[in-house]
Amino acid sequence: MAIFELLQGKFGDAVAELQSEAVRPPFVVVSAASLPEIARFLRDDPAMKFDSLMCLSGVDCKDRFAVAYHLHSLAHRHYIGLKVFLPRESPSLPSVDDVWPAANFMERETFDLFGIVFEGSKDLRRILLPEDWEGHPLRKDYKYPESYHGVKL
Amino acid sequence: MTRPTEALHTQEMLINMGPQHPSTHGVLRVLLRTDGEVVVNARPDIGYLHRGLEKIGERVTYAQFMPFTDRLDYLAGMNCNCAWAWAVEKLAGIEVPERAEYIRVIVSELNRISSHLIAFGSFTADMGAFTPFLYSIREREVVNDLFEMVCGNRLTYNYARVGGVSADLPQGFLEKTKEFLDYFEPKIDEYNNLISYNKIFVHRLANVAVISAKDAVGYGLTGPNLRGSGVKFDLRKDEPYSVYPKLEFDVCVGTGERGVLGDCFDRYMVRINEMRQSVRILRQAVAQIPEGPVIAKVPRLFKPAAGEVYFRSECPRGETGFYIISDGTTNPSRLKIRTGSFVTMNIFETVTKGLMIADIVAVIGSFDIILPEIDR
Amino acid sequence: MSNEPARGAAPAPSAPFGPEAHVMVGSADMFVNWARKSSLWYLLFATACCGIELMQTGASRYDLDRFGAVFRASPRQSDLLIVAGTITHKMAERVKRLYDQMPEPKFVISMGSCANTGGPFYKDSYCVVKGVDLIVPVDVYVPGCPPRPEALIDGILQLQKIIERKRNFGAKKA
Repeated sequence: MAIFELLQGKFGDAVAELQSEAVRPPFVVVSAASLPEIARFLRDDPAMKFDSLMCLSGVDCKDRFAVAYHLHSLAHRHYIGLKVFLPRESPSLPSVDDVWPAANFMERETFDLFGIVFEGSKDLRRILLPEDWEGHPLRKDYKYPESYHGVKL
Repeated sequence: MTRPTEALHTQEMLINMGPQHPSTHGVLRVLLRTDGEVVVNARPDIGYLHRGLEKIGERVTYAQFMPFTDRLDYLAGMNCNCAWAWAVEKLAGIEVPERAEYIRVIVSELNRISSHLIAFGSFTADMGAFTPFLYSIREREVVNDLFEMVCGNRLTYNYARVGGVSADLPQGFLEKTKEFLDYFEPKIDEYNNLISYNKIFVHRLANVAVISAKDAVGYGLTGPNLRGSGVKFDLRKDEPYSVYPKLEFDVCVGTGERGVLGDCFDRYMVRINEMRQSVRILRQAVAQIPEGPVIAKVPRLFKPAAGEVYFRSECPRGETGFYIISDGTTNPSRLKIRTGSFVTMNIFETVTKGLMIADIVAVIGSFDIILPEIDR
Repeated sequence: MSNEPARGAAPAPSAPFGPEAHVMVGSADMFVNWARKSSLWYLLFATACCGIELMQTGASRYDLDRFGAVFRASPRQSDLLIVAGTITHKMAERVKRLYDQMPEPKFVISMGSCANTGGPFYKDSYCVVKGVDLIVPVDVYVPGCPPRPEALIDGILQLQKIIERKRNFGAKKA
């Protein structure tokens, strides 16, 4: 795809592969360290102008984590996805909430439900579950608790 | 003789607008730090209705998840049902019969009208006027009767299926819908005469919580909130799905008619005007609906091929997007629900700085949030 | 009401009082229970979908006001808590606090499957309380998902029957 080739030309190794087989919109896999730079380029470059972050989701692929970004451009009406793979032990990656302010709540939700830390985030706290909840429910190996504050689950 | 104010000891107040509150549209908690009447910081605290729908999605099949989409946005159950059905059909490449698509559009637009009626009624009730709420429920009950004809339930429908809809429209439904449209269209003017241009109402909404177009896009606002800031983007026109390309309607955009573009009044008027456009769509859909089957042949425990899809559709509160990852089994491997209200709460803290306490209620009402969409 | 003899009491004498005397005779329990059941003010507490049916029951077509039940925003001014909607663990403590803030005599109606037993979220959810009776004592359970307004009105009428049977005065049975 044209956007993938452009990104690969500009950022080289940081852009790993294109997942487009049975995937709509296609994903460009990037490395965690280069994410803020690539995000800023995608938002500001006049040919890209991805000004709208549609969705930010954490994924638990069984051996590793992934964070998937779905981007949309209102000016050019095109789509792209970004995917960052992370190891299962202490997953963390830079935050993009200064590029797209919409990312703040979505990153907090991913942290809450997966335990993925977003470095440099304005505000990273649990958002949906109580502050003293133990564990991250959307992980595949999550065990449901027996009770919470004395009320049986 | 006035006392110099430097000598007065003042303190910020921390007020808890708690989970149980008549005007928070559900169990939303807002921690207000105020300096007298002026809000210094309003931090939303959500999660009081977090039921773990995404985890449930991994443990049930695609067809079994349909009733849960009703509870996702219960005021727009049909829209969410159809959004899930469209997402799964896009994933699995299923072709839906045309009559089923028309039926889905008809019930979605009827639900858009009834959702905007509650948005209008509860918003004006929050502002202090109780009568418009009773008027809007009066019309909404007629829509509830129509839905009861179609699927048997008044609120949580579970009507769409992967591949079509669960049952055909009963005899007399289309005539009753046409009667309702003729009865309802003059009511929109009645609402405008009753409350929309009332001096106090306008004064409470105009110039409050202005959101510029750039902020609206950057913070991820969608639906009427985005269009209220002047951005002409409607998924039914710009990313058309189903039979919307065959239907003509206008995209309603805020115009700054009583204040600055992007204030609470614009977002409110966009919803009123959208009801009118929904009536227009419904008249065309009811006239154009063809005969035919209402569901495609889909096995009960169907396994779509492995793949990922992101599909979004225009629900009354913004875009509802489903990101589904399938690994070839009967259950989704990962199901992410992106809703309009959750992302809208992002901008809440920014936009409420410097407002009065009473304006917080106006802002919550103008965003038209609903808690199960936020908390899932 | 004032001209008819009270239920379970001797007929009002016609002389020397006469029909314009407006005298009613009955037991204290009957009078207090009649007053309590005829003005059940419910707290506007709605978590999820059942909340909309509660609002619609109180609004135009299925008017709850004709039974004397109006909504109040504050628990200090209400005597009926209709738990309408799913209760999650985060919300559970707040429900208990709201219940504690209500003055006696207070009643609880559990409306809908989620408040009765956890509802459709019983099996797979990790943070839903499986029934509000784990937190507050419930008087009437109204089933449905969501219950029709007629069902909720029936629940309130059942609660009125419960209130009628209460004994407030006299020695309590051991």
